[in-house]
Amino acid sequence: MLPIGQHPVSAVPQIAKEQLENPALNPPAAPGARWQTLLSVPAATLVTLAIHLCLPNNEPANEAGLYSRFLAGVLAVAILADGVQFLWSGLKRWMRNMCPIFAAAILTLCGWELITGVLHWLPLPYFPAPGAVLQSMVDDRALLLDCTWHSLVLLLSGYVLGVLIALVTGVCIGWSSHMRYWGMPVLKVVGPIPATAWIPLAMVLSPSAVFSSIILIALAVWFPVTMLTVSGIANTRASYLDVARTLGASRWYLIFRVAIPAAMPNIFVGLFMGLGTSFLTLVVAETVGVKSGLGWYVSWAQGWAEYGKVFAALIIMAAFFSTIMTVLFKVRDRVLGWQKGIIKW
Amino acid sequence: MVMENQASNEGSALRILDATKSFPAPDNVARNVALNATTLSVAAGEFISIIGPSGCGKSTLLRLIAGLDVPDSGELWVGNDRITGPSAERGLVFQDPNLFPWLTVSRNIQSGLVARGLLQRKRPEVDEFIRLVGLEKFAHAYPHHLSGGMAQRTALARALINHPRVLLLDEPLGALDAFTRMRMQDEVLRLWQARRTTMLLVTHDIDEAIYMADRIVVMTPHPGRVERTITVSLDRPRQRNSPEFLRLRGEILDLLHLTGNAGESANGKSGKNGLLEPEPAAQSL
Ligand SMILES: Nc1ncnc2c1ncn2[C@@H]1O[C@H](COP(=O)(O)OP(=O)(O)OP(=O)(O)O)[C@@H](O)[C@H]1O
Ligand SMILES: [Mg+2]
Repeated sequence: MLPIGQHPVSAVPQIAKEQLENPALNPPAAPGARWQTLLSVPAATLVTLAIHLCLPNNEPANEAGLYSRFLAGVLAVAILADGVQFLWSGLKRWMRNMCPIFAAAILTLCGWELITGVLHWLPLPYFPAPGAVLQSMVDDRALLLDCTWHSLVLLLSGYVLGVLIALVTGVCIGWSSHMRYWGMPVLKVVGPIPATAWIPLAMVLSPSAVFSSIILIALAVWFPVTMLTVSGIANTRASYLDVARTLGASRWYLIFRVAIPAAMPNIFVGLFMGLGTSFLTLVVAETVGVKSGLGWYVSWAQGWAEYGKVFAALIIMAAFFSTIMTVLFKVRDRVLGWQKGIIKW
Repeated sequence: MVMENQASNEGSALRILDATKSFPAPDNVARNVALNATTLSVAAGEFISIIGPSGCGKSTLLRLIAGLDVPDSGELWVGNDRITGPSAERGLVFQDPNLFPWLTVSRNIQSGLVARGLLQRKRPEVDEFIRLVGLEKFAHAYPHHLSGGMAQRTALARALINHPRVLLLDEPLGALDAFTRMRMQDEVLRLWQARRTTMLLVTHDIDEAIYMADRIVVMTPHPGRVERTITVSLDRPRQRNSPEFLRLRGEILDLLHLTGNAGESANGKSGKNGLLEPEPAAQSL
């Protein structure tokens, strides 16, 4: 088989995950510091709330204390969690790990407010205070929800389509040297073109913007997933295939029960890379073509100079994308459980 | 205990005629002859042990018989069929266990049945073989979790469950402790006697070679070839510390020493008492 270099990125998600889980790299807080950890979130929230209420800031009149109520809510939840964490060790461990992060996030809000609302270091309609962003988010929640839903549908259709096609082409090119001869040049020439570069062509060719966006996202996912599937399949250890042959394996068994499982770690690297490119393509496609979705919402709000809404959409986008990323991590942990040697029943 | 009751699958005879296999040498100019014009006949149901120093072509010979490699010249026959490729009829336990890391121990052991579509019919055997190799507690563990010896036992069970007519064992007991090793030797012998499988066992342990084999094939390197074959005519079950066993052991050590230092004939008493019968390498049965 033609040797195809292991992709240099292949180890990245594993390493990232191991660092998260390796206690040596991520030492738990010293026992003595625990109550400080627990109090960090309420303390940070109190500071932020005090700054918001006491320092002069030019809030839009219609805010009606929404941001104050939000901070008060956070404060209440933090104190409640501190109170009940003794009862549940899972919550306790989670809080010990997460409290500093939450405290830092809330202090970031505080700094944001200081810079924008209080000190006016940044020019105004472009950089609203957190309170104004929260207000926009609440005011426009119906439209934002609708946009999130449309983005989700578009993203998943394109991603799933791209992954399915990529797995088929990747396995074919990786397994058969004949397919590799004809397939690799296509992959090498067409693959690296960013999917967004096809937009003008797609707009001309396709009857509907939604349809062409799905195709573009699929194309963006197709390249990395195919590339890593090919490399995973082609680099299957020859001895696994030899063992299977002496056990009487058919070609079907060699492909589906040996080569594909052996390629799974690589395939998942491709899935992660493809997810990244699909986010990018989704936002661009929504901005220039489809008249819905979070990408469209951002440019629409910008057109009306409603920067509170722009920030609101960006925050939702961040939560949306990172949730999808987390889901893929969970799937990977389940499928590749054998790598970490976790016994699953 | 595993099943003597399923009949069928008696061993097959093997004939290796003038087989040569070479590989590109590291300098990419010359060829490294791993196996040179080797001829060997193995009777159906015979137990052969292969001994010889590292790099003398033992694994190469087994891979040729398994059909994983094609000889440069010469022919290999199993029964009346020319060997052209791998088959479940010829099982091979590799020097490395080579377990599938994505399958648990029990699924690794099943894989031969799955590959041949026999899992439904033979599922009870899976547990029998897990018990045979003493891995009940680890049936659902991934290979990641196994010690070297446990991995080797899993690989052995994975090959045995297919009930091949010819079983090729490339140092399958190498990583086991002395006690487990002796137990596994007896299990392999029991399976061999029950099914009359043809066995080829590569080993570095002379005691193991004598204890197990009808005939011992001694190989030497540069180029790899069969130096001679030695018939072991001790009665079974053999006693590892019987005087005959120990005498044979000493003679084989002398012989290996002799073949290792050509020309030197320190203890040339081979064949005197009938236990040890050196034969020409190209002897046919
Ligand atoms: N795939 C290969 N490519 C190149 N050379 C090889 C290959 N396989 C074996 N050889 C060479 O063939 C010779 C015989 O190798 P082989 O693996 O058969 O030895 P062996 O008798 O099994 O040794 P050991 O006891 O160490 O396992 C060695 O010199 C080795 O370098
Ligand atoms: Mg070897």
